[in-house]
Amino acid sequence: MSELNLTLHVWRQSGPETKGDFVTYRDEARELSTHMSFLEMLDVVNERLIEKNEEPIAFAHDCREGICGSCGVMVEGEAHGPNEGTAVCQLHMRSFKDGDEVHIEPWRAAAFPVIKDLIVDRRAFDRIVAAGGYISINAGSARDANEIPVPKTVAEASFDSAACIACGACVAACPNGAAHLFTSAKLNHLNVLPQGQPEKHRRTVAMVEQMEQEGFGACSNHRECEAVCPKRISISNIARMNRDYQAAKLWAQDS
Amino acid sequence: MPNIQLDAHIPPGPMAEKWRKHRFSVKLVNPANKRRFDIIVVGTGLAGGAAAATLGELGYHVKAFCFHDSPRRAHSIAAQGGINAAKNYQNDGDSVYRLFYDTVKGGDYRSREANVYRLAEVSTQIIDQAVAQGVPFAREYGGLLDNRSFGGAQVSRTFYARGQTGQQLLLGAYQSLERQIQAGQVEMFPFQEMLDVVLVDGHARGIITRNLLTGALESHAADAVVLATGGYGNVFYLSTNAKGSNATAAWRAHKRGAFFANPCFTQIHPTCIPVSGDYQSKLTLMSESLRNDGRIWVPRSADDKRAPGDIPEADRYYYLEERYPSFGNLVPRDVASRNAKAVCDEGLGVGPGGLGVYLDFADAINRLGRDRISQRYGNLFEIYEKITGEDPYSVPMRIYPAVHYTMGGLWVDYNLMTTIDGLYAIGEANFSDHGANRLGASALMQGLADGYFVLPATIGNYLAERMGDKVDTSHAAFAETTEEVRERIDKLLSIRGSRSVDSFHRELGKLVWDYCGMERSEEGLKTALEKIPALREEFWNDVRVLGSSDDVNQSLEKAGRVADFFELAELMCVDALTRDESAGGHFRVEHQTPEGEARRDDENFTFVSAWEHNGEPSQATLHKEPLEFEEVKLTQRSYK
Repeated sequence: MSELNLTLHVWRQSGPETKGDFVTYRDEARELSTHMSFLEMLDVVNERLIEKNEEPIAFAHDCREGICGSCGVMVEGEAHGPNEGTAVCQLHMRSFKDGDEVHIEPWRAAAFPVIKDLIVDRRAFDRIVAAGGYISINAGSARDANEIPVPKTVAEASFDSAACIACGACVAACPNGAAHLFTSAKLNHLNVLPQGQPEKHRRTVAMVEQMEQEGFGACSNHRECEAVCPKRISISNIARMNRDYQAAKLWAQDS
Repeated sequence: MPNIQLDAHIPPGPMAEKWRKHRFSVKLVNPANKRRFDIIVVGTGLAGGAAAATLGELGYHVKAFCFHDSPRRAHSIAAQGGINAAKNYQNDGDSVYRLFYDTVKGGDYRSREANVYRLAEVSTQIIDQAVAQGVPFAREYGGLLDNRSFGGAQVSRTFYARGQTGQQLLLGAYQSLERQIQAGQVEMFPFQEMLDVVLVDGHARGIITRNLLTGALESHAADAVVLATGGYGNVFYLSTNAKGSNATAAWRAHKRGAFFANPCFTQIHPTCIPVSGDYQSKLTLMSESLRNDGRIWVPRSADDKRAPGDIPEADRYYYLEERYPSFGNLVPRDVASRNAKAVCDEGLGVGPGGLGVYLDFADAINRLGRDRISQRYGNLFEIYEKITGEDPYSVPMRIYPAVHYTMGGLWVDYNLMTTIDGLYAIGEANFSDHGANRLGASALMQGLADGYFVLPATIGNYLAERMGDKVDTSHAAFAETTEEVRERIDKLLSIRGSRSVDSFHRELGKLVWDYCGMERSEEGLKTALEKIPALREEFWNDVRVLGSSDDVNQSLEKAGRVADFFELAELMCVDALTRDESAGGHFRVEHQTPEGEARRDDENFTFVSAWEHNGEPSQATLHKEPLEFEEVKLTQRSYK
């Protein structure tokens, strides 16, 4: 096990209305183990801050297994840090070198206001799902599960989109602050399935329009979202969403 | 207080008829009246999310609470392997009765038969519901659902969605919940932590929460309160639970009069990634499904320091396959965990500190090819590689047991009501279905059974008699409870001692792991019962919580939770000491068979321990709910 000494520049902001700034930590970021996860590194820094009677750095986290989607920070300008397909809770310090300077910032997006330090408010995502990201079925009214055969390839495609963890990295990485990758992944999870067909058009229009109302930007095909996504959600989802949206608008005119 | 007779309200009649007849006999609330009832649901995991959505669908007005930013973050999301259901799609002899039987046996005969039967019965409906919601379960090429096997069963009844079954099932429940939010049936309160339950005339009539963004204490009134707040595995500090998982809601309810059942029944999961250092913040599970294709072994000789690939077959000890020929690597979790500890105690363990065993996929890769293995477990292999830096396709995984699930929880009757009228507990937060050991892929089943099907059917029986009896937050009980909550917060902030919350939590967790973990003894438990209260006193005199109570303060949130873990840890040890037998995950070294298996004492301990709070955890009063077995004959569990 080798040891790391880092210089951290961490965004500190006491509340949504106050101005934030980078604070540099050197003593607190010495003698770190390369086996630590990035969040365990922040834990260690926080313990050292508490020892010095300074308030610890607030950051969102929970499962630390890359599945709950709670965590997410910009590490040296990259959402979730340097490793592909990895949420920041699964980033380990073996990806850093002794002496590295590391800037740590919250997601930056108009639709994700900062709450404190590295925590942002992502509740806009829930409102996009509430607009139509479901199949209308009341508990108890479903027929036998095997009465709806789903081709294996379709189930796999649906799963690939459903793997999204709603962390918001796609929005943070996008120069326009767009939520197209998130919204399209949720749409395609349901739109490709036989169960999802009856509400497909309505769902597509409602979710796309809610996304626009929340203040997310437009998609201009930078593909940054796909590059940082910890679950490797493909931007082909966006193409399909755009196609489904056009079809849904035509359907709306006809009906 | 008079000795309360615990009545589980188990319906009469034959086992297979109980649930159907009960649903007919419970009182109903007519559709027009449902909207006049407010129901609070705390927690939005599989149980809470499903319950809130379903109650909304039925027409009740629901207020749902979670401490996360979104209901989709609940820790159910991290469940990997699968969900059991008695569909018998594989035509391999499965049935409701067999799932019931396996679950009672797997729980080492310490669960309530009627509840378990109902669980097995509704399991099939859960799969129907999930598929209709769009949960992308694994499929065969013909388009039908695929199954795999899990520990403790000899049939394939586990439905799965790659290694992310919990995520997909939770998203199904979350979608239904969001649909009800959009419809105005459910009001969602994220960033809210429940800190107490409010009682009026002995009935649960609301909760006090702390708004985690502003720090404000809020009062919320309702006609019934449902706790779906998960388990208490984080009492051990290191566990597979999410960092935020906590017992505060359940413990606060306990202190207000809800009995706490079988707190010593905790589950140690056999397949987790071993600890790598003292900065370790949590442990990561590797799904039990890996035991379908992975073979568990250690070197036969403690001196064998060769790399695993260089150790020939003859020098490998496949200890589960040798000791349990019929179940092999698929023995139940408690058996697998204890055996891993035993071989490591013999000095055969591998990796740092000798606390690990190999889980080897070389045979499966040779037999099925790398692609098939990657399809089945790809994401798990990736997680493993990210954490350890080792590639499990070429080097065997190293695994070690870790705390994973708590079978104990708030005592509930057949209707899932606690000993406080109008207060319900569902999912991992209650105690009822898993006895002394939970089988794999049964937690998702129970959470969703409670949330979609059981609670929505039973809660009407209570509400039907409460028409017109409204209480709002202006009632004095809300102000009084708020004041008590505020005093506690102020006290935590005023200590300004020398040690961080985490340092106390780590020390507490180590004590519980050492004395009330995989093995317990009378001597060890007595030691723990001296050390834990002493550490708790030190906590209340020397903890350092910085910042204030009127904004986001993560140290303060943790401090409140750890304060409750201290008390719960003590009750766990009291319970473990009182239960002078071994059963499932509760292994008292004094009680084992010559082969080292848990030896129950059915004559004296065939009961549920339900603890009533009396000021101090150590002073809790024991109430016993006798367990009667009509269907399943009690035997020494054997997986040989």
